[in-house]
Amino acid sequence: MKSRTVPMIAVTFVSAAMLAGCAGGPPAQDGSALSDGKVVIGILNDQSGVYRDLSGPNSRVAVELAIADYEAKYGDEAVATDIEIITSDHQNKPDVANTQAQQMYDRRGADIILDVPTSSAALAVAEVAAAKKRLFIDVGAATMELTGAACNPYTFHWAYNTEMLAKGASGVVDNGGESWVIIYPDYAFGQGMNASFTASIEGAGGTVLESIATPFPNDNFSTFITRAAAQNPDVIGIMAAGGDLINFVKQYNQAGMQDQAALAVGLMFITDINSLGVEEFQGTTFTDAWYWDYDEQNREFADRFLQLTDARPTFAHAGNYSAAFQYLEAIQRAGTDDADAVIAELEGAKLEDLFLRNGEVRSDHSVVHDSYVARVKPAADVAEAWDYEEIISTIPAEEAFSPVNSACTM
Amino acid sequence: MDAFIQYTAQGLAAGGFYALAALGLAVIFGALNVVNFAHGAFYMLGAVLTAVLLDVAGINFWVALVLVPVILFGFGIIIERLLVQWLLGLDNLYSFLLTFGISLVLVDVIKIRYGVSGLPYGQPPGLEGLIRIGAVQLPVYQVFVFVFSVLVCLGVWLLLAKTRVGVIVRAATEEPERARALGINVGLWVTPVFGFGVALAGIAGVLAAPFRAITATMGSSFIIILFAIVVIGGLGSILGSVVAGFLVGLVEAYGQGYASTFSQIIIFVLMAVVILVRPAGLFGRKESA
Repeated sequence: MKSRTVPMIAVTFVSAAMLAGCAGGPPAQDGSALSDGKVVIGILNDQSGVYRDLSGPNSRVAVELAIADYEAKYGDEAVATDIEIITSDHQNKPDVANTQAQQMYDRRGADIILDVPTSSAALAVAEVAAAKKRLFIDVGAATMELTGAACNPYTFHWAYNTEMLAKGASGVVDNGGESWVIIYPDYAFGQGMNASFTASIEGAGGTVLESIATPFPNDNFSTFITRAAAQNPDVIGIMAAGGDLINFVKQYNQAGMQDQAALAVGLMFITDINSLGVEEFQGTTFTDAWYWDYDEQNREFADRFLQLTDARPTFAHAGNYSAAFQYLEAIQRAGTDDADAVIAELEGAKLEDLFLRNGEVRSDHSVVHDSYVARVKPAADVAEAWDYEEIISTIPAEEAFSPVNSACTM
Repeated sequence: MDAFIQYTAQGLAAGGFYALAALGLAVIFGALNVVNFAHGAFYMLGAVLTAVLLDVAGINFWVALVLVPVILFGFGIIIERLLVQWLLGLDNLYSFLLTFGISLVLVDVIKIRYGVSGLPYGQPPGLEGLIRIGAVQLPVYQVFVFVFSVLVCLGVWLLLAKTRVGVIVRAATEEPERARALGINVGLWVTPVFGFGVALAGIAGVLAAPFRAITATMGSSFIIILFAIVVIGGLGSILGSVVAGFLVGLVEAYGQGYASTFSQIIIFVLMAVVILVRPAGLFGRKESA
């Protein structure tokens, strides 16, 4: 046997050491109202995984726009004179989110953490925020727990939640989509969505013929679709997100289901429509928290965003803009970035901006606002890139979100 | 009963695709003793390339079905020459780690270039619509994938078992010393076999484009099911991976039909049972266990 020499391949791992800007400087020595002399906004989200496109690096762009608008509005009068943004990747894992949040608050001097998609990660950060007594405004996650059993004085939930997503379903029932089959991924998010949608459909007088749990993640939905179709429902509701949603819709269309039942999607971001193509989604209804082409104000923001990112903003990006802007406004009113003072300014506040229409911060720290029932346009009606949605109706803030959560005690 | 027949048809249709997707894995292991963990990433490259070729150059599905495997064959040759060949004589754990690393790199490169939410790809022309036979109703495209997969599997088997090229490849990989003594340039045959396995992953990727989400990570969970298939079938056995592909397709369809949450777990229960009863897999040779 001839021996083969194996060259040793030395692989050097260059560990990207995050040189955290150490924020251990002296507090407010020049009479500044800011801790460490500056406001540090931390963005903690998915920078590399499935939620990268819908939040990710572009959330930072949205926050930069909020800072620019705040500075333009107040000029020399601004309380927050020096504003810094730091970002981190939580990889959608609660343990990573926990560690990163602690680092952001302790070592990198974050006064607030924003975004945090993925419910389990958001709940982990909420705990850290309460322990550190610093602000956390969640934009990207859907769980009701944030303003329910897991609520705390330092955590706010800004954009949407599973019950609000389900509110669009009652509109579908009113329009004749009375019998439903729900297909949901069998983990916390999917189970929550199934419960919320079932309640919303039954509340509007519709019926849920069957709820089918699927494994998560899952590539092949063909037999699930057959099973759902066998019940002859008016509507099939799919609660999957990301790649699973796209797998489902492709196979749904391939099975010729568009002609048999209407499709309702539980949670959809405009990036999903963009990636699958509007042809595959056309006619699908869903609840949207915000749409870039809804009016002139939104469009103006979306144009600025497009210039910087080459993409239109998702509702999560707009939500991050709004959260950052209203946070800075609260600092302005409070005259300091002290967490408790800022929270006092936010609690009970009625807020208006491009994202929050008829916005209000409730006592459970759920930030309610008008939401929308949207339908994906027919491909023929698409006039430009990202022109995908038609807003069918507006759900007023008080109807879009359920009453204050009694499970929340602060 | 109608439902059962429908599930069976869907299981067989999915099984054909699984068999084809697992085939390249079996070919590479059978011939080179390389556990190619990058198979899922090559499958992903096939799908991404299909979508990109359509978007950039207007190349349609039918042309992609020929072109993409050819490109991936070349890519496989480069990977084998640059990296894999140095580990061929060693324990296959080394090539497993190498290919795992390759898959991580490929997935991240695609993520950086094309993002994470995926690329659009519509129905191929001529394959829209449904076929109805009695109680059974299947999308035309699924029937096409099934027929095409079976033909490719059959072709690969014929090529390796019945042709002179197949005999040389098997001799060169199973008995390299004797093959050399008989005047066969062994090194010349190892590389194209690897490329061929990668090309098979590419074909599966092209077929996946119209009915799966085309994302950088689409191969990462799929590879787990493919490994279950080759383990059930017997590592390296081509017939085994085809039979196991159909078995897994059927088990998954019945699972989805009758015990939805468990439809994936059942696949791995099946794998565990096969390993307990026949450690080498259904069609594996003892030494490859």
